[in-house]
This record gives sequence, structure tokens and C-alpha cells, in this order.
Amino acid sequence: MRAAGRGNSVRIRKTVLFLTCLIPLGYIAWKFRADKLGANPIRELEIETGLWTLRFLAITLAVTPVRKALGWNWLVKYRRMLGLFTFFYATVHLSMWTGVDWFFAWSDMGGEIVKHKYILIGMFTWLIMAPLALTSTAGWVRRLGKRWTKLHRLVYVAAITGTIHYLWAVKKDTFFPLVYLAVFVVLLGSRVISSRLGSRPVPTIRSDASVAA
Amino acid sequence: MLIKKPDDIPSSEITPEIAYLNRREFLAAAGMTAAGVLASGAVGQAFARSGAPQEDKPNTWEEITGYNNYYEFGTDKEDPAANAGKFRTRPWTVKVDGLVKKPADYAFDDLIKPYKLQDRVYRFRCVEAWSMVIPWQGIPLADMIARFEPLPSAKYVQFTTLYAPDQMPGEKERILPWPYVEGLRMDEATHPLTLMVTGLYGKALPNQNGAPLRLIVPWKYGFKGIKAITRISFVEKQPANTWQIANPNEYGFYANVNPEVDHPRWTQASERRIGVFRRQKTLMFNGYADQVGKLYAGMDLRKNF
Repeated sequence: MRAAGRGNSVRIRKTVLFLTCLIPLGYIAWKFRADKLGANPIRELEIETGLWTLRFLAITLAVTPVRKALGWNWLVKYRRMLGLFTFFYATVHLSMWTGVDWFFAWSDMGGEIVKHKYILIGMFTWLIMAPLALTSTAGWVRRLGKRWTKLHRLVYVAAITGTIHYLWAVKKDTFFPLVYLAVFVVLLGSRVISSRLGSRPVPTIRSDASVAA
Repeated sequence: MLIKKPDDIPSSEITPEIAYLNRREFLAAAGMTAAGVLASGAVGQAFARSGAPQEDKPNTWEEITGYNNYYEFGTDKEDPAANAGKFRTRPWTVKVDGLVKKPADYAFDDLIKPYKLQDRVYRFRCVEAWSMVIPWQGIPLADMIARFEPLPSAKYVQFTTLYAPDQMPGEKERILPWPYVEGLRMDEATHPLTLMVTGLYGKALPNQNGAPLRLIVPWKYGFKGIKAITRISFVEKQPANTWQIANPNEYGFYANVNPEVDHPRWTQASERRIGVFRRQKTLMFNGYADQVGKLYAGMDLRKNF
């Protein structure tokens, strides 16, 4: 069956993408065990996992503009995995903070969240990504219908608040946080522009059932 | 007469760097913990190693010389070690001027010749909330100041770093308003703990640690420890130190280590001791409260941060 053949090659590509998305984590873990994270490895773990969260967020948000610019509609099949990996890296980043840096000192961490805005906005960013991860399945797309798109606009908020979290965390060198901010402004701006230009939204949400058969 | 020990970590505790307990143990424990957290998220597995009580083991040569904030050579922690190799520390002149009886330009060797170098093991606490224990070698600033003979009108000592963008590539960018300037109140400058450092672990101070001459004030945040000093001026008014100029909301003149006064954006109540897995509580005046607390009696340390 033609559909089955196409389904198999998509499955293979998704597996390759899945493994590729794990490479950054593998690299970080390797550097950790090889003692290549410098004198303050815990801090490096936090920084590296945080940066990959922002990178995956940018890659995920780039899917739609690239798809529209190049007409590569097939890209949208992979967007959910990219989004979930964004949340995955964000969760690893959060785990580094709670389980390694602060070692489960919950009341100390509570104090941090309340007193220090860069932690608060970081926690906020993870919290708004969680429902997006939870509702990423085909079942939820069906269940929520139009509201799914509205809910998932929170990813734009996460991009901005995640970058501000980074900006507020650095001591003085604001260059790279501002680079990420510029990237997200461009990615979000391109959506504003294309919606203003009145381009008809191509159906971006497809149940995986149609391709997996 | 009140006799004070110059520091509370005896120099007999300087461990030969080879024999020093290293990060292997810490990394193994942290690796197990992190793997447990990563793999399963199960809390139970994560207690692979309980927190050690606060010890003050000197850090290794690699840690001390490989993890530095020295923006004149770049803003990454590894930049100074990578970029300071060709920095020329001889010939080196230190200008002593301002309200002193005998202003002069000193060649580096003439400056330190009269003194016997002392070994001091001090805690070092960065404002970023990481810390180390470092076996410095140097000369009490009090002894140098006695030689310079400041006038009674001199209330502060001001220090300036070399300005040489051709040798210090970070100075080409205005990340900080170069040249780096720091200052101390006269009683802080003449305190027995205050050290003009020329060596590390008994060897010549590496370039990335501030060679050939840097200041160490162990009860203050590390940014007070100005590096590559070329000028010492005695002044009447409180100097404008570089980090305060750069960001006056976040960095002040006194910069005393104080767990009760947070940085506006992060906590100062605890710190990451390099090489130790568990976070440590930060001590008032970095553990030197007995020796320096009296300098600040009656001062509002929240206002004068």
C-alpha cells in the first residue's frame, strides 16, 4: 500500500530525528564524565541544558516560517517532536537546578523563586510549557479543537520569558541573551507579518493517524 | 593590646597540589546523582552522597588557574587562562602617588624586595556565589603602606589596573569602563588580612590570576581583588570602583561578603564551593567576622553594600 510505504519512511525519519535530538544531551553527559565542564560543572550543566532549551525552542518556532517560505509542508510532521524535545531539555535544565544545584532543598528553592525574578520567570516558563507538552497528542488536538491553537500560542510567551530568564541570569555579558531575543523577535515577527499579509493558514495540525497507517 | 591571627586557616594546611583531594570523588558522586535524576527522576536514588560539613580544603592549581573572572582577557571563565599567556609582566612599574610623603615610580622588584613573602590560605568568595580556598603568597598591604607614608589627609587607597588593549584584548570592548579601578578605606587597607599577592602555592602568580601584583581582601567579594596593579594612589574621597560604576544597583564600594544582603538578582546566602558537591552556607564577612567585624560597627551594611 502506498500509504504504508510513506508511513514507514516517515517513521524512519522520525526515529533519526529523535536520536539526533538526543545528541546534545549525550554530548553534555559525555563532557561531564570526561571532566570537560571546567571547575564549576554544576553551573555548566545548568547553562548548557538551558541553552539547548532555547535552541530547540527556536528550531520549533522556525518550522512554520520555513515551511511557508519554502513550501516544505512536510516539516510540520516533525514539529511536535521538536516541541517535546524543547520541553524535555527544559525539564532536564530544571532538574539540574532542583536536584543537583540545590539538591532538593525545597524551602531554599521556594525562597529563591519568590525573591529572585530570574528564577521566578524561569519557573513560569517551564510551567507554561508543561500544558503544551501534555496536550501535544492527537487526542488532545481533537478534544480541544480551535482552543488547541489558542492554548499553544503560549509557546510565544515561553520564548520571550525564557530569553528574559537568560538575560536576567548573566552578570554583565548580555550579548548572547540579546542574540536569542533577536532570533525570537524575528521568528515571532515573521508570523505577525504573514498573518497581516492575509496568507491563508495551511492546516498545521494533523493527527498522526493519517500518516502512521 | 589585641593580638589577632592574620588568618584562621593555618598555612601549615597548605596541601601539596599533587596530593590534594580532587574532583574525581565529587564527580563520581555528582555523576551518580545526576544520572539518577536524569534517568529516573527518583528522589531515592539521588542520595548517593550526603553533604559534607563545611571544610576549607585548598582548591587545586587547575581550579584556581582555570576558572577566573578577568574581563580584560575575555568574559568566559576559561578566557583568562587561554588569553593571558603572552601578557608581559616584566618590566613592571607601580606608580605610588597622591597624598603620600614619598610619591615614586617603583620597579616591581624594588617594590617587593624589602619584604619576606608570606603564605596565606584564604577563602575567596566571588559575588556570583561561587568560592574557593586559595593559598596565596604576598606582602601585607599594611607593610607597603607604612613604607609609602601616607599623609593624614589620605582616607582611602585607590588601585588601578594596567590599561593596554594590545595585550589585554577584553579592554578593546567597553564591557567595563576601563581601566579597572578599586579602592579601600584606610583601615581596611591596613588591616592585617589585606594582602598584596605575588604568588600562588609558593610559585609566581600566573597571569590569569592577576600577575604580577594583585590585591586580596578575603572578607570582601572577589571583584575587590584588583589584578595587574600599576598604580596605588592615596586619596581623600571614596574612589569610584569599576563594578559600582558599571552597575550601581548591584555592586557597591564596600562589597563585604554578607549572607543577609542578597544581590538584587540572586542569593548571597549560600555559595558553590568549587570542588564540593553540596552548596554551602555563606558566612558573614566570608568567615572573617572576628577579625574585621569591628571595622563596620554601627554601619548599615544593607545600604553600604
